Amino acid sequence: MAAIAVAGKDLRTEWRTRESLNSAVSFALVILVLFSFAFDLDRDEKLAISGGLLWLVYAFAGALIVNRSFAREVPNDCLEVLISSARGWAIFLGKSVACFVLLMVVELISLPIFGLFYNIHWTGSLLALLLVMALSTWGVTVVGTALSAITVNVRLRELMLPVLLYPLMIPLLIGAMEMTTGLLNGNAVLSDIRLLIVYDVMFTAIALYLIEFILVI
Amino acid sequence: MHAVAADGVWKYFGDYPALRGAKLEVAKGSCTALIGRNGAGKTTLLRILARLSKPTKGEVHIDGRIGYLGHGIGVYDDLSAFENLTLFGRLAGVANPNQSAEAALERVGLTRVKEGLAREFSRGMRQRLAIARAFLHDPELLLLDEPFTSLDDRAIDVLQKLLSEALARGSTIIMSTHQIREAMELATDVALLERGRMIYAGPRTTEMLLDPGYLYRTYAESPPESKG
Amino acid sequence: MPRKTVYTLGILGTFWLLYNFYQIFLVVPVDALQGNIFRIIFVHVPAAFTAFTFYGVAVVASIAFLMTKNFKWDSMAVSAVEVGTMFTLVNLATGSIWGRVEWGIWWAWDARMTSQLMCFLLYLGYLLMRPAIAEAQQRGVMSAVLAIFAAADIPIVFMAIRLHNVRTQHPGPVLETGTLAKVYWPPFFGDYGAFLLLAAAMMLVRLHQESNQREIDSLRRELHAI
Repeated sequence: MAAIAVAGKDLRTEWRTRESLNSAVSFALVILVLFSFAFDLDRDEKLAISGGLLWLVYAFAGALIVNRSFAREVPNDCLEVLISSARGWAIFLGKSVACFVLLMVVELISLPIFGLFYNIHWTGSLLALLLVMALSTWGVTVVGTALSAITVNVRLRELMLPVLLYPLMIPLLIGAMEMTTGLLNGNAVLSDIRLLIVYDVMFTAIALYLIEFILVI
Repeated sequence: MHAVAADGVWKYFGDYPALRGAKLEVAKGSCTALIGRNGAGKTTLLRILARLSKPTKGEVHIDGRIGYLGHGIGVYDDLSAFENLTLFGRLAGVANPNQSAEAALERVGLTRVKEGLAREFSRGMRQRLAIARAFLHDPELLLLDEPFTSLDDRAIDVLQKLLSEALARGSTIIMSTHQIREAMELATDVALLERGRMIYAGPRTTEMLLDPGYLYRTYAESPPESKG
Repeated sequence: MPRKTVYTLGILGTFWLLYNFYQIFLVVPVDALQGNIFRIIFVHVPAAFTAFTFYGVAVVASIAFLMTKNFKWDSMAVSAVEVGTMFTLVNLATGSIWGRVEWGIWWAWDARMTSQLMCFLLYLGYLLMRPAIAEAQQRGVMSAVLAIFAAADIPIVFMAIRLHNVRTQHPGPVLETGTLAKVYWPPFFGDYGAFLLLAAAMMLVRLHQESNQREIDSLRRELHAI
């Protein structure tokens, strides 16, 4: 299927160069280190901000990754060929899945490092944590990939995409941060799961519907 | 049944009409040379036919699979030649992508370097890869935007060979070009686009073949030489 | 430009507003608890209502643009977003002033104000993106899509912030409890009406400016094509 071919192509080219993976992981590392210098926190304070900090890191890394999504089609005018060969929703779905995989990889690499630097135990409710991560990451990638398609030909794309992405992501981040803090503190309560699901379903539907308008002008 | 039937096609960029009610009917199996000056709207029209762009007004009917060769190369630098072609084969829904990719590489003479990454290719090799991609799925309709521009000798040979084969197979070709001479040899029909309007669309005559300037002199509003 | 319409709307709106202010400052009884600063609610909340009305107009216009490709809808969308954003700023500013007087701080991350700030950010992005796209058709389509995303996000923003507003300060204006004494209704809804008239007048001016700009752009292109 076309979507699978597109996802595979994105992942394969990313694996060959590892550009955005490397920069996203490095960026996440740097932020984690910086934050540890910025605040001198005792154990309770660290636990209280844990979810917030983690998702800040993930949000910044996410912006880097989704930015590359459609940007990688610009050299050699590959975007044109892609659009004339496959349906818009297939291209979008394939790219979203590829971004999702890449961002999850970054998150899973950053998580143990975060646990190490901040001395936070994260293996407690691991499955619940992974569920929250997966749902939130899908929301980020779906909205991010759509914005990547919108801004691919816009001036100052690298600056414009985060400016547009972060406000849209805020409700998702609020839910993710709260639940993650709860889980890292040992409360396995998924109180905002519904918020994440509503967000994911709604924006996936809207993006799939509108992507044709974005790609074929 | 026409391969392409476009009627009353308008395309606005902002408030500027790049195409003003262009009309084009192309019979199956024909080869149409789409001629016009820069800014006449050739690329715009071809992109609309290739479904890369929506017309602001007008109807476009296309019958058959499309193979598009635009201004850009359209190959991924980080994939090998073989991987590029299998990808496009899968996107085009080809039955056996690997096989079609091998066959296409052979047709353009890139079999020897099929595992090489596209970024390592010379310009001529990349052009041949792009051509392979456009012809990969044996499209019934080929849309080529100034295909001969800046091709090296080998690529020109390959392209001419593939175009003749496609015509022999019954495919339809629409080719925009500045190089009127080369186009006239292959063409069975000619379409002249001027300022977004189709000024002439009909069979290629002997006068056009012998004298490339004939078209402009006879049909265009002002001849290219005396551009005001 | 329908000049008469703009002037009529503007004058009507201004007079209605003046009448309302007369009512607000001289007629209406003052809230016992809050004192005079309470009167700011007559600007603060109607501004929010107006902003949301125009955001609604913007999303309808955006959908219409995607469906019809007629640029008058694109002009309407951008004008509506600009006017809506302006009223959001009025809302944020008056809310901030009220907070300073009532609670002693210029900004308290309470649910309503935070949600309004999010709306402001969403549409600020829209207004920042537009100049970055040179080609009109592309700009129209991308803006329309963004407006739809923003509008879809707003209810979720409110939901999320409401679920999580754990900020200690949670005093809200009278409306938090859902009731506003009837004696306050005339100037309250009157201000909403007056704002709508003024906002409509501003939007018409902006629409006219947009259509002039499009004409200039197209003439410029025609000129270059010669």
